[in-house]
Parts: sequence; structure tokens; C-alpha cells
Amino acid sequence: MKDIKVSLVGYGVVGHGVVDVLEKKRKLLNDLGLNLNLVSISDHTGTICDPKGIKAEKVLGERTLQNVATSGMKGKEAISSVDSDLVVEVTPTNIVHGQPGLGHMEAALSSGKHLVTSNKGPLVLAFKQLRELADENNVEMRFEATVGGTMPLINLVQKTLVGNKILGIRGIFNGTCNYILTRMAEEGIPYTHALSEAQDLGYAEADPTYDVEGVDTAGKVTILANAIFDMDIKYSDVDVTGITRVTPEALALAREKGYVIKLIGDVPALTVRPTLVPVGSPIAVGSTLNSAAIYTDLSGTITVSGLGAGSIETAAAILSDIISIYRQ
Amino acid sequence: MRLSMDLELQDIPGQLLLAMLPLRDNKANIISVVHHRDRKTPRGTIPVRVVIETDRARMESIRNQLKENGISVVRAGEDRLIEEISVVLIGHILNSDLGDTVNRIDSTGYAEVMDLALTMTGVDDPSSAYLRIRATGKDEIQKALSILRQVGSEKKLLVIEPIEAEAA
Repeated sequence: MKDIKVSLVGYGVVGHGVVDVLEKKRKLLNDLGLNLNLVSISDHTGTICDPKGIKAEKVLGERTLQNVATSGMKGKEAISSVDSDLVVEVTPTNIVHGQPGLGHMEAALSSGKHLVTSNKGPLVLAFKQLRELADENNVEMRFEATVGGTMPLINLVQKTLVGNKILGIRGIFNGTCNYILTRMAEEGIPYTHALSEAQDLGYAEADPTYDVEGVDTAGKVTILANAIFDMDIKYSDVDVTGITRVTPEALALAREKGYVIKLIGDVPALTVRPTLVPVGSPIAVGSTLNSAAIYTDLSGTITVSGLGAGSIETAAAILSDIISIYRQ
Repeated sequence: MRLSMDLELQDIPGQLLLAMLPLRDNKANIISVVHHRDRKTPRGTIPVRVVIETDRARMESIRNQLKENGISVVRAGEDRLIEEISVVLIGHILNSDLGDTVNRIDSTGYAEVMDLALTMTGVDDPSSAYLRIRATGKDEIQKALSILRQVGSEKKLLVIEPIEAEAA
């Protein structure tokens, strides 16, 4: 049995999911020969540490760590001072300066700890530096959860489709936009109406800019371009148009001619724009689903779809990253 | 160049072969052959429509050989607009001179707007339009699309293009 000490940084929706999933999958992990223990969890209020492993039931009921923290340490400090093998970084994403996630990731990698993250911002801003830092320190950096949530994409391309040349990836990488466009098309309701519905259901933030203007999708396009196509591009290299101008009339016209309109991210074209997709195309999924068509030289086109967000779903992608680091 | 030809064959055995031989001899690539047995002409001949790809220069030779073989060529013409694409526009389409938008495509000589459907809501609200554009080839479709993108950015129209089926 291999003992693995894990530090979790970030205790929001995804952080809770990680604690929950690691607890639920303890037996499966043991069967794989892995004994995972959460030795520290940090959020903006402090850190809870236990070298023997923090019990899930102790923290799952807490919204923040305020009442259970054993120390006032913040993430970066906890990463460097707690004895751990792997850091799971799930703090809120920031696409402008990448903080606090970027600092956490640098601290983890430079102290020789493996990194698994769902946090896009730092990878969008500093993928190359982080990748180099991981290589220098001989540790792994995994980020399946950053693109398409639980939908397998990065590992699918890098592991399963290995041997293929990847010619391109096009897909729906934002569940909020997909929900809004799906509802507009189904009900003929205007954008603002569908947006409020998405907000009521918790699919869209109070400030939906990040999703509906295509920022989130462009971030994912940037990560795919850097991670899979080795392009070394910045967010600003992506040509982005969001969905705010799409009308129900346009969706109806498209429908009559056999198309739906989806917000499609395209690598290596580096575009994010509303696009006509034939009805019945495997990437034309509805509701909050994500999808991706992977164009390859040998296997033709492979299409995947799945939930792009959610606490447990994102944690599942993180779990698969953790397992794959130790099963090589 | 892609051409379609309407031929008329005598209703006796071996005629279709005689019609095909000049195409082979001139290295024309046959795209399709449709033999309309059921549509016999009043003259008792059988119409056949052939679509081929060939150089313009070889056309005369093909015609002459067909004639020598006793096949009459009723019509032969270039199939000009063989590629098509659907595009949706959103914005002030009518007020930004729809005629001009269409004309920018039509005036290229290699692409035309074949179908147009427009939905308007309020006077001040953006309208939505569906356009089907046909062009003489794949490259010409791309050129027509880039004209449309240009027009879109000038007139502040959102141009929604179809997803490409193949990797770029």
C-alpha cells in the first residue's frame, strides 16, 4: 500500500466535492494500492491540519473552515509547511492575474509536490512556466478538470489517443452558454429571459460576463492549445465572440434549415464564436452538457460529451488525475 | 471545371458505351451518369445526363468524338455553383443595406446568395437572417465567407458560420 499525503487548497464547491469523493472512494483507492490521506485543507479563513488524515465528516458540514481551522495559515504557507506529497488546488479562478491559485501552484511544484487542479486561470496565464517548474522538480501537473469538467478530454488525448496526430479540437466548453442557447432555441425566449432562468437555477453567476462573453471558453481554448498543441499562446491570442447577441429568431431560422447555434471553441484556429452546428451532430448536445470533437489522423473524429461542471463531477476528474499520477 | 451534359442515345444495345468512350479517351473524370430509360423522348431516344470534371480545352474534342459515335449532345454547360454554405446574420440587417450585403457576394462572379430568410421583430431590435450562399468551389466559399465577415464587421452584424466538418 502506498501512503499518499494530500493537501487540499480551496474549500468551495469543488473543494467539498473533493473531500466527499476521496472519502467515498477510499475502498477503491485501497484496492488500487493507494492510501490517500487529506493532511491539510486550506481556505481564505485558515487551515485545518491532521497528519493522520482529516475525517470527512468533520469538515463536510462546514461552509468554510472558520470553525474547524487548527491554524491561521493560508494556502501558500500551508503548501510549503505541511508535509504532503500532492496538492489539489481548487481556489476560485482568476483569468487576469491568476491569483491566489498561481502562487499556490508555484509553491507546490517548486517544493516538489505533484499538482492536480481544476483552476483554469493560472494555466491560462502561465502554462509554460508551470509546466517547466513541474519538469524541473520532477513532479506531475494534472488539470483534466480545467477543460470540460468531468468530460474526459486532456487525458483521453494524451493517454488513450496517443500515437494519433491531433489535428484539431472543436466543442462546447461552457455549460452556462449551452443551457442559455438550448433554452432560447427550445422555447423561443429572448437571451435575457434565458439568462435569468440560468441564474435562478444556479447555472449562471450573478455577473454572467465571464461565461456569456466567451471568456471561460477562451480560457479553455488557451489551455488546450498550450497543453495539447504545444502552441505557447496567451488568452489574448484567442478571437472571442460571446452569445449575448444571439436572438431566438436566429435560432429559429437556423433550426428550419437543420442547424442549432452553439458557442464553439476551436483549437488550433483559436476562435470562440457562436457557430451553426447541424442538428444531430454528435457535438450538438443540449442543456448544460459539454462536448468535444477531436480530429485525429488515424482514428478519424472522436466525440465526447459530459457534464462540464458540478461539485462531484469536477472532483471525479480530479480523482482520476490523482490516480493516474500514481498508477504510471 | 465541372460540366453537365444532356445526351440522347439511340435505343439499341451498346450506345451507352459509345457515349462513355470519348470521356475516357479525353481523361474526363465521371462524377455521375443517369440513364433515363423511363423518359424516352418523342424521337424515340433515351436521355442521359452525365456530369464530368474536365479541362475546358478538352470539351471540343469530347463533343466531336460523341458526334462521330452518333451520340447527340442536347446541352452541355458548366455547373458553376457546386458548393454551398449556410450563414446566419444578426444585427440591423435591413437598415445596414441588405441589398448591398447581398450584392457584395453576388458581384464576385464566383459566389451568389441563393436563399434569404429574414425575421424582424421591433424596429429598433436587431433582426436575424439566414443566407444560403453557393459558389464555384470550396476556395470560393471561403472567399465569400471572408467578404461576409468583412461586411459583418463594417455593419456591426454578428456573422454565424457553420462548423467545419473536417479539421482545418
